[in-house]
Amino acid sequence: MIDLRGKVQHADTAFRWIALAAAATVLVVLGLIAFTMTDRSLPVLERMGLRFFTSSRWSAPEGEFGAAAFIFGTLYTATIAVVIAVPVSLGVALFITQAAPPWLKKPMVYMIDLLAVVPSVVFGLWGAFVLSQHFGLGRSFLTAGIILAIMIIPIITSLAREVIETTPNTDKEAALALGATRWEMIRAAVLPHSKGGIVGAVMLGLGRAMGETIAAALVIGSALGQISANPFKPGNSMPAVIANEWGEADELHKSALIALAVTLFVITIVVNLAATAIVQRSMRRSRGG
Amino acid sequence: MIATLPPGVPDLRARPSWRSKKSRLMTLLMAAAVVAVAIPLVAVLYSVIEHGAAIVFRAFPDFFTKEIPVVSRRAGPGMGPAILGTLLVTGTATLIAVPLGVLGAVFLHEYGGHGAFARVVRFMATVMTGVPSIVMGLFVYLTWTLHFGYSAFGGALALACLMLPVVIGSTEQMLRLVPAHMREAAYALGATKSRTILTVVLPAALPGIVSGSLLAVARAAGETAPLLFAVGAATAYNPHLFTEANTALSVQIFGNATSTAFVAAHDRAWGAALTLVMLTFLLTLTARVFTARFALKK
Amino acid sequence: MDIAISRASRVGLRAVSIERAEAGGAAAEDPEAKSSVHRRHGPTLADTPVVFDLEQLSVHYGAFQAVHNVTLKVHKNQITAFIGPSGCGKTTVLRCFNRMHDVTPGARVAGKLHYHGVELYGPDVAPTEVRRRIGMVFQKPNPFPKSIYDNIAFGPRVNGERDKRQLDGIVERSLRAAALWDEVKDRLRLSALGLSGGQQQRLCIARTIAVEPDVVLMDEPCSALDPIATARIEELMRELKSRFTIVIVTHNMQQAARVSDRTAFFTAEVDSKTDQRTGTLVEYDTTAKIFSNPADERTENYITGRFG
Repeated sequence: MIDLRGKVQHADTAFRWIALAAAATVLVVLGLIAFTMTDRSLPVLERMGLRFFTSSRWSAPEGEFGAAAFIFGTLYTATIAVVIAVPVSLGVALFITQAAPPWLKKPMVYMIDLLAVVPSVVFGLWGAFVLSQHFGLGRSFLTAGIILAIMIIPIITSLAREVIETTPNTDKEAALALGATRWEMIRAAVLPHSKGGIVGAVMLGLGRAMGETIAAALVIGSALGQISANPFKPGNSMPAVIANEWGEADELHKSALIALAVTLFVITIVVNLAATAIVQRSMRRSRGG
Repeated sequence: MIATLPPGVPDLRARPSWRSKKSRLMTLLMAAAVVAVAIPLVAVLYSVIEHGAAIVFRAFPDFFTKEIPVVSRRAGPGMGPAILGTLLVTGTATLIAVPLGVLGAVFLHEYGGHGAFARVVRFMATVMTGVPSIVMGLFVYLTWTLHFGYSAFGGALALACLMLPVVIGSTEQMLRLVPAHMREAAYALGATKSRTILTVVLPAALPGIVSGSLLAVARAAGETAPLLFAVGAATAYNPHLFTEANTALSVQIFGNATSTAFVAAHDRAWGAALTLVMLTFLLTLTARVFTARFALKK
Repeated sequence: MDIAISRASRVGLRAVSIERAEAGGAAAEDPEAKSSVHRRHGPTLADTPVVFDLEQLSVHYGAFQAVHNVTLKVHKNQITAFIGPSGCGKTTVLRCFNRMHDVTPGARVAGKLHYHGVELYGPDVAPTEVRRRIGMVFQKPNPFPKSIYDNIAFGPRVNGERDKRQLDGIVERSLRAAALWDEVKDRLRLSALGLSGGQQQRLCIARTIAVEPDVVLMDEPCSALDPIATARIEELMRELKSRFTIVIVTHNMQQAARVSDRTAFFTAEVDSKTDQRTGTLVEYDTTAKIFSNPADERTENYITGRFG
């Protein structure tokens, strides 16, 4: 009689469990992050309550920790960065996909990739010594915004490129067949189709700009308590504060900095998730036709 | 002057109009954007080379081998300990993150499919890619440094946490490119699922996995914030993974740029920047070459 | 009489060659025209032992019923062909034989499917064991991105064969049996992807027989190949018949007529209520009979090209 039972495959089952454990590491790490960081923020939150988010008075010796100025600084510099980066990124993405001669495409993509590879600390160094000293821009919201813009341009550009390239050729050809110029074709076919994805790409860039620590820390100026709309003033942002003040902080101060980190975490996560959802929805819609 | 055509022949010559002028203007603006991107790239690279080359190459290979002067006012090389530190920390992080990430991606794609657990893990991995690096640094500080002190391993843990979701994402992408009929051929010959994954699927996806991992490594090598909280700021060589503070190129750049006003320290910062840039470029280039020559075509 | 024949088949004895004339006139096993029936009309095939015994086999993908009511027997060392228009369940039934549906989420197989008397979908049965005995060649050649040698050696290695000399021998024998040895013997270490389509398919056949299976399933093996490559593979099938039992799904009626001993004709029925197309077996008999004097009108329509 034929025996089809076979040997018990221990190795096969074991492999599955190992792979499962590896995948579960993600959950474990994220859970630990959430737990330990929130736990350590409690002291300062107990002391300050909601004032932590609303007051802009930050004075370690007095135990006063109001983070409003830093939250503002983060959002403000990120906004400046996005305002600068979006037109440039869009322009580059459109140029690469619609206007560039084929031999120029690859080198330009490489150039964007190179920009993405340069470590942020090197950008910070350049910003601190060249931009602010040499060009006299000083340390300010604006300088930080410019540096951040340079750093997020590659992200926005490559994502925008991907979305733009899903524009169906038939749409583009329809516009051209009616006698449209290249720019008119872009306005008629490419931009409406890619709108959603581009918005998502911009938001992802925004998320990255908010979380970027080092480059900002080096050039933002580390001023305290400044909520001002003047971009030329020195300011501060959440990651910069954390990086600059950690070294000499006492327990309560450290708790405050950690609370700051949690706030930053939550804001960036929300922005990133919204951005991913928007990009995925627009890609799905375009692929489905 | 416009020549007259014989009657009946359509005039198809280009006509100057504000519409075509506008289109050309927009194209010009787009090209200007490209230039706007090229300028900072060139400027940064130029500064790095200009300021760093002198100190890095003058007394070769001193910069790579000599220790960091404890008194930052003192001029001269080197960054040896920082280079070792970067290699040590990044290397260990890679050894942790890549196997974990590849195995995790294998689970998600080959076993998890659309199940609830897999979807949650994928979602959380996306969330994890957005964690600001400073948050990771603080996390490692709270869980490792507080208990075990500054060490290269702590830094490696922080970087591994940053790399993990990236490796998972890019590996899963590569696994998706392996055609289903290749797996079926292996099953049809009586191979078990784990056997098929290890001997057919992973080898087929390997070039893509390698290049994706190299890109993650390049990013990790340039990270500063997590290391500030985990590695410390040593100036002497420390080849030990688990004991005592260490240092890294990125940390040195940051420290030398912020804390001191001494030209000598700044010089070393530029030198470290040049070294770091060369390292990350090398990694990225290798990754691109790999993809171009070996990877599965879509 | 019929019961005696089935019992004889079931115990796997060298079956008594059934003289169709002897049994002629007896009622069909199953009076319904839809079921598989051995019509007794003159001496045709000596019946070898039964390898696969199907009764009321059906397959669901989730809520969708892909095929149902399949009852037939596949005999040893014969080539059995499944023909019929697209989407009528031929490949679905074929993939039941080597438990390939296990890798499709949501697929459910019901009914009886016996392999040498053992229920293939029984609780104790390991799919890997099944697949070591029942091999499959796919529609599009799918060699691994490895060397020719490693492709053929994959199966034996999976089965635990480590000895290099043995592997060398297996590789050579399989390639010879697949009529590929002379063309590749000097480049065994080169990538299999460098071969032509027809060569790749013969490689896949060699890879399948390297593990010395009992049965070789072929799912439209020639549909991606040119006529010359197709002819070579058909010739190969005739040679391999003496060593293996072959079941082939084919779109090409002429191919079935050329190579197979028995042919099963499938078609799709549309459920008027749900608009679902479910495949079913219409007629199963010796090839000669199916193509010269089919019993069912639908078979005749298909053969003569009136549809499909």
